[in-house]
Amino acid sequence: MSDTFFYAAEVMLNGLMAGVMYSLVALGFVLIFKASGIFNYAQGVLALFAALTLVGLQEGQVPFSHVINAVFGTNLHHFGWTLPSVVAIALTALVMVGMAIVIERYVLKHLVNQEPIILFMATIGLAYFLEGLGDVMWGSDIKKLDVGLPQGISETIETVTYNLFGYGFFIDKLDIVAALVATALVITLTLFSQYTKYGRALRAVADDHQAALSVGISLRFIWVLVWSIAGFVALVAGIMWGSKSGVQFSLSLIALKALPVLMLGGFTSIPGAIVGGLIIGMGEKLFEFAIGPMIGGATENWFAYVLALIFLVFRPQGLFGEKIIERV
Amino acid sequence: MFYRESGDFKTTYTEDSQTFPIKFDRIRYYAVLAVAFGVIPFFINDYWANAVFVPFLIYAIAAIGLNILVGYCGQVSLGTGGFMAVGAYAVYKLMTSFPEVSIVIHVLLAGGITACVGLLFGLPSLRIKGFYLAVATLAAQFFLVWLFNKVPWFYNYSASGQISAPERDIFGIILTGPNTSASAKYLFCALMLLALAWLARNLTRGAMGRRWMAIRDMDIAAEIIGVNPLGAKLSAFAVSSFFIGVSGALFFAVYLGAAEVGESFGIQKSFLVLFMVIIGGLGSIFGSLAGAAFLVLLPVFLKNVLVGMLGWPTDLAAHLELMIVGALIIIFLIAEPHGIAQLWRHTKEKLRLWPFPH
Amino acid sequence: MNMQNPEGYTTADGRQIGGVLMEMKNITLRFGGVNAITGITFDIREGEIRAIIGPNGAGKSSMLNVISGFYVPQEGEVWFRGAKRPPMKPYQVANQGIARTFQNIALFEGMSVLDNIMTGRLTQMKTGLLAQAIWWGRAQAEEIAHREKVEKVIDFLEIQHIRKTPVGRLPYGLKKRVELARALAAEPKLLLLDEPMAGMNVEEKEDMSRFILDVNDEFGTTIALIEHDMGVVMDLSDRVVVMDYGKKIGDGTPDEVRNNQAVIDAYLGVSHD
Repeated sequence: MSDTFFYAAEVMLNGLMAGVMYSLVALGFVLIFKASGIFNYAQGVLALFAALTLVGLQEGQVPFSHVINAVFGTNLHHFGWTLPSVVAIALTALVMVGMAIVIERYVLKHLVNQEPIILFMATIGLAYFLEGLGDVMWGSDIKKLDVGLPQGISETIETVTYNLFGYGFFIDKLDIVAALVATALVITLTLFSQYTKYGRALRAVADDHQAALSVGISLRFIWVLVWSIAGFVALVAGIMWGSKSGVQFSLSLIALKALPVLMLGGFTSIPGAIVGGLIIGMGEKLFEFAIGPMIGGATENWFAYVLALIFLVFRPQGLFGEKIIERV
Repeated sequence: MFYRESGDFKTTYTEDSQTFPIKFDRIRYYAVLAVAFGVIPFFINDYWANAVFVPFLIYAIAAIGLNILVGYCGQVSLGTGGFMAVGAYAVYKLMTSFPEVSIVIHVLLAGGITACVGLLFGLPSLRIKGFYLAVATLAAQFFLVWLFNKVPWFYNYSASGQISAPERDIFGIILTGPNTSASAKYLFCALMLLALAWLARNLTRGAMGRRWMAIRDMDIAAEIIGVNPLGAKLSAFAVSSFFIGVSGALFFAVYLGAAEVGESFGIQKSFLVLFMVIIGGLGSIFGSLAGAAFLVLLPVFLKNVLVGMLGWPTDLAAHLELMIVGALIIIFLIAEPHGIAQLWRHTKEKLRLWPFPH
Repeated sequence: MNMQNPEGYTTADGRQIGGVLMEMKNITLRFGGVNAITGITFDIREGEIRAIIGPNGAGKSSMLNVISGFYVPQEGEVWFRGAKRPPMKPYQVANQGIARTFQNIALFEGMSVLDNIMTGRLTQMKTGLLAQAIWWGRAQAEEIAHREKVEKVIDFLEIQHIRKTPVGRLPYGLKKRVELARALAAEPKLLLLDEPMAGMNVEEKEDMSRFILDVNDEFGTTIALIEHDMGVVMDLSDRVVVMDYGKKIGDGTPDEVRNNQAVIDAYLGVSHD
């Protein structure tokens, strides 16, 4: 078989791996949407914020050092210690839980019973706020994130495939780790929501807020729980993306990429988020490979959205969403 | 005291449905117009024009346009930046292809072209609703920006990929290009805003506005009582895009002078205009103006205070601005989901009774 | 009284009922595998008040939705004013002169009472986009002409005092009345009322009954209504269709229906052993 074929296959595999990353962000969206009906635009910024906090903690940066320096004329930047990755990740997870509590108390609590579109816009506001906060706390320069995940091209795969097909596949080790982590995460979340008390409460809330309240489930607690989990998912996504391409503002733009993923998969379906992510990841890489050079390249910027748009016109509820029956 | 409707009887339906039913409001409206056209043009300088007035006027047009779509017709769009780009590139192509035609006609034509593009991207709104539509409009945003970036015909094959506005005038007054005076820029944009705001008000107070609002409030019921959803949604997309296209054309030709699509018309622009509409008040023309004024003035104010008075670095001020804008959005949505316009309405309700509240 | 007479009949209180306005022929409506309506045939005559009754889930609302074009039946024909109706969108049905109210009030909450009622006139407002943008002239004249009609409806239903109130602030009973006003403003040939008295107290029911009778009386509007309150139905309507499990089990004057064994069984239950 020809090299072009293998090259296309390699492009496809890499697309699949990128798709895993999209799925990771989309997963956070789905969790929050299922439990609270909120379309959380801030999910991507949560990932950015988590990654920034992780790097900051790891390297012992002084939070708000810019502001402190500007106000008091000091020249602070680092405490002078570094934390082991595991400790830093645990601390960041705690920060994300704290953030969930703050968000519930100061934002969501006041917006109960508002229309979904108002809540959506509130999360856009939240995204702006967190983006600014992340920059003010940790500075806006591009940071390197290294928590000890394997980097570079997997030589094993290259050698094995070369021996098999006479063509060595280039696959990033980090992508493989990300795929494994995403799988583990989905399994954990599924087990959690199927077999634990809180998981059951979560599904009850997702089904009907009022009914859940009336059987004694605390809506506020569930919201904190869900946002904490979403924060944790964001942290995982932040680590993966940050390790791959550095911690910078563009990280929050992956949230936007997760949106077409959701449109394909349906906002309420976890398998949908995964499959949607894979389709989009693979689709945009293949499109760029096959058509991109003819029309000027950089089609990744819009391919996902246009694909989702065309798809939705024919199936408005997404791949796995429930059929919408309209009533009067 | 002055703010009274008692004794101000309406004897015809025309009087009853006028824009400012209370006399005091009418007087104040004419006063604002008098100041805007009789005073400001004589005192305006480059700083005030470029930092405050011209961006305000142009964003106000865009905000009215987006408000028609989101606030009146209930179709959330995140493609404003892309549609402004259509207006900008359309006016650029028109200005360079037909230099002898008046710039005013070019700007209006650019709005018309944008309306057609808006119609095209509005078509899916028939099948797609709510968030799904919001995300679908992102397709317009990213695709259009990519298009203007990648197809050299749109920027006349210029080496930098930028477009820059040639000098054009009407009646000898220069309106575009580097030699434009502050008062010319201001007056041109102000007249455009006045005319377009008046059109928007007319559209929203009559049958068309009711069709849009019916679709917004309950689309199924609207269809059953006789509103054609395709017609209502597409007309909202077209009118909204016309306004946004005009504002994009002015933004490039009068305000910026030169533009690069990703930088000037990126996704951030879409959000900025959306915020203006939310903070100002969904479904209110006055709100669109208030929101635009607020979000144009806020960064100027913060920059003056933080950088000018406190001497903080500009990047820090920019980050703080993000936080403040974000927090304000949330605060507004919590305290008053209908924005500044609603606050203003409440104040007027109180004023009506003042100073005898019982 | 001869109800098969194509030229109409005279009611007990002496009103003259005309020929057939709308005819449903053998309508069957399915959702997935479930039959909501099975082979129903009945007609509505010009000027009469026609009631559709039946236990919960009998398919009454589905029937109304078929008439107003929201659901498209899999089988059967709808005839309106002597012609078979081709497949139509709901808004086209409205344009033919069929207006309705809804079981769960479907007013436009973001608009004032006046604007809500004005939406009832939308089917008759024809000014184009450009003329409206200019306003002066055509659009303004049209607006005022329709406003006058709407004010008549407002007077008729005695809701002058809430003209400029946002609909969201109104109590339930008034909302029902505004909804009726919106339907009336369209000057429909056929008015469909889906449980116009659901959730009302006795006094409000009396008011609503009076309005329904007045509408029929003064404008000669044909009315088809769904209602659960048997007393009201028997008092108001000229003829009644009874549905149960999607099938028609009775059709006739209130008295005939009251004495129909199948209807009594459906309402009181019957042992099938």
